[in-house]
Amino acid sequence: MSTILIIFCVLAAVTVLTAFLTIFSRNPIHSALYLVICFFSIAGHYLLLNSQFLAVVHIIVYSGAIMILFLFTIMLMNLNKENEVHKPRITRLGAIVSFCLICLVLLTVFINSKPIVGEYISTGDDYQSIKVLGKVLLNEYMVPFEFASILLLVAMIGTVLLSKKEKTEK
Amino acid sequence: MNNILNEIGIENYIFLSVILFSIGVFGVLYRRNAIIVFMSIEIMLNAVNLLFVAFSTYHQDAQGQIFVFFSMAVAAAEVAVGLAILVSIFRNLGSIDINNLKNLKG
Repeated sequence: MSTILIIFCVLAAVTVLTAFLTIFSRNPIHSALYLVICFFSIAGHYLLLNSQFLAVVHIIVYSGAIMILFLFTIMLMNLNKENEVHKPRITRLGAIVSFCLICLVLLTVFINSKPIVGEYISTGDDYQSIKVLGKVLLNEYMVPFEFASILLLVAMIGTVLLSKKEKTEK
Repeated sequence: MNNILNEIGIENYIFLSVILFSIGVFGVLYRRNAIIVFMSIEIMLNAVNLLFVAFSTYHQDAQGQIFVFFSMAVAAAEVAVGLAILVSIFRNLGSIDINNLKNLKG
């Protein structure tokens, strides 16, 4: 086994384990912290694939912005106690069975379909530095880029409107 | 310059992202806490992003990474709006147990 494969295996194990711990831990704060570790290991995968800019953006957006939102919401609602009642046993059993079935079906599909992988080409061109990504983003994907900004603006206005306290009619 | 996928193989990334996606589905079905359900949705989105980046490396093309940027923007917007909805649900009902949200049925 080469070093890179070992790094990949360790990162994959961390990702899967922390994803499971996110779901199974009773305390929502612990779930959020495990999810942060999961996101960091996914950023490690991006670094392993040599897409540095994407890894940095992933850390900023997910581990920074989104997890802060989650943690603030948990603290705002004072949820950091372990008083959640479980779903009925039959529902949980159904969830486990469906998880195993989804895993089994998708894995067998991807193993047995024998995707045409062929040889891994390496053109040697630079395709994932900030320079190239910025050129592609602002030339070919100009319109979707602007629409993304409109989407973020609408989401911001919607969030403010939704979380504003309604005046009670008296 | 050697392609990194020579060492790892694209299949391993496909398997990892399938497992992550299934974990996300499992979390949505298993938990009652709406915040954990949201976190599971984030895990599912990340599984798809990981596969996008892996195939972008496979094809040596930048467009897969551009799509990951857009999906990150949509995920950020989705989380902001979703958590605002959760806060207003919490104000009205006093809990965010998804089994309490039964008055939406017709």
